Amino acid sequence: MTARDEVLGRVRTALAGDDPGQGASPPGEAAGVAAPAYRTRGELDPPALLDLLAGRLVDYHSHVRRTGPGQLLDTVRAALAERRARRVVLPPGLDLPGLGQPAPGQAATLDGVQLITDGGLSAQELDQMDGVITRAAVAVAETGTIVLDAGPGQGRRALSLIPDYHLCLIEAAQVVALVPEAVARLRPDRPLTWISGPSATSDIELDRVEGVHGPRTLEVILIETGTG
Amino acid sequence: MSAPTFLGLPTAPRGVGHLRGDEPFPVAARRALADTQLRRNLGKATRTIRAKRAAVVGELPDWEELRDAGQAIKAGAMAHLDRYLEQLEEQVTARGGVVHWARDANDANRIVVDLVRATGATEAVKVKSIVTDEIGLNDALAAAGITAHETDLAELIVQLGHDRPSHILVPAIHRNRAEIRDIFLREMGDVDPGLTDSPAALAEAARLHLRRQFLSAKVGISGANFAVAETGTLCVVESEGNGRMCLTLPDTLITVMGIEKILPSWDDLGVFLQLLPRSSTGERMNPYTSMWTGITPGDGPQQFHLVLLDNGRTAALADQTGRQALHCIRCSACLNVCPVYERVGGHAYGSVYPGPIGAVLSPMLTGVEDNASLPYASSLCGACYDACPVKIDIPSLLVHLRARHVDEVADSRRVPSPEAVTMAAASWVMASPARYEAAQRGGRAGRVLGRGGRIRRLPPPLSAWTSARDAPAPPAQTFRQWWRAEHGGTGPGVTQ
Repeated sequence: MTARDEVLGRVRTALAGDDPGQGASPPGEAAGVAAPAYRTRGELDPPALLDLLAGRLVDYHSHVRRTGPGQLLDTVRAALAERRARRVVLPPGLDLPGLGQPAPGQAATLDGVQLITDGGLSAQELDQMDGVITRAAVAVAETGTIVLDAGPGQGRRALSLIPDYHLCLIEAAQVVALVPEAVARLRPDRPLTWISGPSATSDIELDRVEGVHGPRTLEVILIETGTG
Repeated sequence: MSAPTFLGLPTAPRGVGHLRGDEPFPVAARRALADTQLRRNLGKATRTIRAKRAAVVGELPDWEELRDAGQAIKAGAMAHLDRYLEQLEEQVTARGGVVHWARDANDANRIVVDLVRATGATEAVKVKSIVTDEIGLNDALAAAGITAHETDLAELIVQLGHDRPSHILVPAIHRNRAEIRDIFLREMGDVDPGLTDSPAALAEAARLHLRRQFLSAKVGISGANFAVAETGTLCVVESEGNGRMCLTLPDTLITVMGIEKILPSWDDLGVFLQLLPRSSTGERMNPYTSMWTGITPGDGPQQFHLVLLDNGRTAALADQTGRQALHCIRCSACLNVCPVYERVGGHAYGSVYPGPIGAVLSPMLTGVEDNASLPYASSLCGACYDACPVKIDIPSLLVHLRARHVDEVADSRRVPSPEAVTMAAASWVMASPARYEAAQRGGRAGRVLGRGGRIRRLPPPLSAWTSARDAPAPPAQTFRQWWRAEHGGTGPGVTQ
C-alpha cells in the first residue's frame, strides 16, 4: 500500500466513529453558512482609515509620508535624498508620474539617484542596491500591514526582500480596515507577502530588535486622493 | 521498535525525532528548578510577553468571536480531514508542486533526504520549523552528509549552542544575552571578537553570518503555519525575514507539514492571521507573512515539494475527546501563562512540544505510555484554556489522558505509574464513606510528617507521589468530625 493510501486510510479509520450529524459541512457541499460573528467590515470613513493606518505603521517603526498624487514624485525624491540612496531598483510596472519608467535593465536618474528597472538581477546584484521602490496590493489599517502580490509595480518577491530599504507607495483606495477585508481582496494564485514594519526579532530576552534579514528600514508613502 | 497503538492506529515511532524525553518530567523538572539563571531568564521573558499579548488582545472587540470561529474552523477541518487533504494535494499539484505522503518521521526524513540529494546540494537553509525538529530532520540530513543551516535567530542560537529548543516561539528563551554572545564568539568563526552582548549587535552578527548562505542557497526547507485546502496555498508566519529568504531565494523549496495544519477555505486565513500573531508574539501582526501556491514562473523556487506528515496524528484524531489537541496553531500563549512552565522551562518536558499543550500533544502523538508523566505536569489551574486562541480545553484533556493512561495500564496489566496507583487507591477509598472516613483518621497521623503545613516525603508506597510534589499536611480535625461537633449526627451527606 502506498504511504498516501495508508495515511488517508488511517484518517478514515480515525473518523469512522464520528456522529455524521456533527462537524462542519464537507468541502463542495452547500453549507448554508451563517454570517461570521467576528467583524468582516470596518466602519471608519476614508480619512480616519488613513489616519489609523499611518498611526499603526509608525507604532511598529515604519516611516510614513503623506502626499497627494500631484506631489508623489517630489515626495519620493525627498525620501531618497534623506536616505542618501544612490542605486535603487524598480519593479517592472512602476512608472512614477512625471518620470516614467526605464526599460528593464535600464536606469533613469532622479536628482543623482540611479533608478534601475529589474531585468532579472541576481540575488548578489540586488544585495548591492541601496533600496527598492514598490507599490502594494492592499493595506490593512488596524494592523499597520501592507501586502504585496507581485502584481504590476511590485515585482518578484526578492526585490522587496534583499535591499536594505523598502519604499512602498500606497493609494488611499487600497486601504481596508480589517484583516478579513484584505484576505477577501487578495488572490491566492499569486505569491503574497504581508509586511508589518521592518524586519525584527524578539529572540534575545524578548527585546524587540529591528533589522535582521529583511529590509531594516520600511518607509510608506500614503497617496491621498483629493489633496493633490 | 514499534510504538503502542490507539484504536489500531500507529503512534509516532520510537528511536527517531524529539517527542520523548530521556527521563520523566519530575526528574527533569527538579534539575531545572535548581537552575536559578534559567528561572530568571524564563520569568523575565514570560512576564514580558504576557503583558504584550494582553494589550493587543484587549484592542479587539471581537476577540471571543474570533476564538469561537477558530475553534469551529479547526473542528470542521478535522471532521473531514481526508477530503481536505485530497483537495490540498489536488490544488498544489495543479499549480506545479509535488505532494509526498509520510506515515511517520522515518518516511518524512527519507523523503527529504532523497529530495535534497536529487538537487546535488550538500547544504540547505531552514526556516524555523517545529515539525522538522519533531522528526529529527537535521540529524537525518547530517547522516546523509547534508548540512542544514538554521536561520531563525533563536534556532541558530540553539544550533550553535549544541542545545535543544525550550519554547515554541522563542526556542532560546532559556539563554540570556551574555550566554548568546559567548556562543556566537565560540561557534560562528567569522564574528568580530569585540562583539558586545546588546541584542542589536547580536542580531547584526547573525545577519552577517547568514547573508552569504541565503544568497547562494540552492535548497530551502520550511514548515507551514497553515495550508488552505480550497486553494492549495501554504502560509509561513515569521518576524526576521529569514523565512522570506528561505522561501524565495533557493531553486528548490521543501515544506514539511503535519496533516492537521490544514484550513478548509481561503477566508479562514482572515481569522487565523488575527489569532496567531496576537497570541504568539503579542503583536497586532508579525513583521512578515508569506503565502505561496505551487510555483510562480520567474518568482521564487521553481521546484516545490510538500511533505504531508502523519507521525501519530491520525492516532490522536481517533481519540474523539483528545482530537482537539490537533487544533493547536503553535502560538505558545499557553506556555507563557503556565505557572509550571514558567518555573521549569521547556526542556523538562522532554519533547519539542513543551508546556501545557505539549503535555497533551506529546503523549497523544507517542501514545500515553511513552510520555506518561506529562499529563501530570500541571496544576490544572486553567490559565492555558483561557489563553488558547482556538479554545483547546487543555485542563480537561490532561485529565482525560490521565484516565486513558490508567485504563491502558489496567488493560495491559503492566506495572502502573505511581500516579495511576495513587488515583486507583483514591478511587477505591472514596467510593465508600466508611473507608473514606477511616482513611481521613489515618491521614491525620500525617501531621507528624509535616513541616510548615507541607509534607515533602510520604512513606511508601505514597512516597512515589511526593517524589515530585509536596502534600499538604492534614488538618487536626476532618470536615466530618467538625460537622459532627457542630451539628451532631453521622456527618454531611451520609445517610446510610
